[in-house]
Amino acid sequence: MAKAQIALSVNGKPVEGLVEPRLLLIHFLRENLGLTGPHIGCDTSHCGACTVDLNGKSVKSCTVFAVQANGADIRTIEGMANADGTLHALQEGFREMHGLQCGFCTPGMITRAYRLLQENPSPSEEEIRYGISGNLCRCTGYQNIVKAIQYAAAKLAGVPFKEAAE
Amino acid sequence: MIPGSFEYHRPTSIADAVGLLIQLGEDARVLAGGHSLIPMMKLRLATPRHLIDLGDVKDLKGVGSDGSDIVIGAMTTQHEAIASDVLAAKVPILKETALQIADPQVRYCGTIGGNVANGDPGNDMPAVMMCLGAIYEVRGPNGQRRIAARDFYEGAYFTALEPGEIVTAIRIPTPTAGHGYAYKKLKRKIGDYATAAAAVVLTMRGDKAASCSIGLTNVAERPLWAEEASNILTGSALDAATVKKAIAAAEKITSPATDNRGPAAYRTKVAGVMLARALAQARERAKP
Repeated sequence: MAKAQIALSVNGKPVEGLVEPRLLLIHFLRENLGLTGPHIGCDTSHCGACTVDLNGKSVKSCTVFAVQANGADIRTIEGMANADGTLHALQEGFREMHGLQCGFCTPGMITRAYRLLQENPSPSEEEIRYGISGNLCRCTGYQNIVKAIQYAAAKLAGVPFKEAAE
Repeated sequence: MIPGSFEYHRPTSIADAVGLLIQLGEDARVLAGGHSLIPMMKLRLATPRHLIDLGDVKDLKGVGSDGSDIVIGAMTTQHEAIASDVLAAKVPILKETALQIADPQVRYCGTIGGNVANGDPGNDMPAVMMCLGAIYEVRGPNGQRRIAARDFYEGAYFTALEPGEIVTAIRIPTPTAGHGYAYKKLKRKIGDYATAAAAVVLTMRGDKAASCSIGLTNVAERPLWAEEASNILTGSALDAATVKKAIAAAEKITSPATDNRGPAAYRTKVAGVMLARALAQARERAKP
């Protein structure tokens, strides 16, 4: 089977690869580029651990072929920190609000939440829960993940974050 | 999981896509959003030798109108359908349905055309399209033709599509302004197919239903248009006795499988409950 030459942008850097068409995007990112932030969880498009941002959409990179991403602009968790090296508001929120325990789902959660906040900068709790419904966490019960995203939304909007009363 | 090997094709026109499909024959499959086909390929339950990716075929994209019909390009994603002001204003049941499909990531990729053309009885759009009286525009070796959604589904994964044909657009007769609608779906969790779901579109004249159309999802080998139930309700005041009779008629045409969503008898009853709720909400939303 003929290999395909692809060229794309990953975390702002141009990247090229010669790939078999059957190579999944998650494998290209992890094995060819060494970006092991996006995780392989369920491998069946349910868990969202492999979520990356592709041309302004959150996609499960286990269900996209690398060849389909030719010409695309991709952002992974590795490209989430600010240019000066400080944490993105979402990363800070997950740390401050204890939004992770084992951490396996975290790169997918943050990458998904990034797109959610781009589309809806001040989501309600319900909108956050609906917006991250394609990402599974088996540790936290989601409470602190929701708080982490609320923290980030407040920080990005420049308003003080108030935790909802328990 | 790694799919079998295949050759990848990325045509930019409908003619080229159909040409490839004819030339490559039964070893080829078209790829739309990929969220049904790629998982099947990873499980090696599908092993196409050629994939024809429709992602760059611009003529398959977008929402427009033609006379009194709304025309949705087959490669319009669920996400784009949800965001469409035209669809929200004219056929709001599509947005309501799309929001109940899978999860955000899947909706960014999954397409309306893929959802209707795949023939999976678990897909939500087919019953809604039957309910709306939609027509599928199809292109193939013998040119263009139209197939009514109500005639399209023959069995699980069996449709009226002939080899070499692809669905290019979905044509929906614009429902009367002020119509009532609802899509009610019971699912065990986000991302699951329906235990049962019901679509209703109706119009009211005074306190009587001037028209009523009902579709049912995932309670048979194929999506169902509940014609008898629709007829029972048309012209009625949607009173409790008539609704009960219609629900019984709708339940009667179901033949769900017993699976991990529940025993067949339960799923038939859920279809009735979803229909009752969809009727109540559609009536509430309808303007007389």
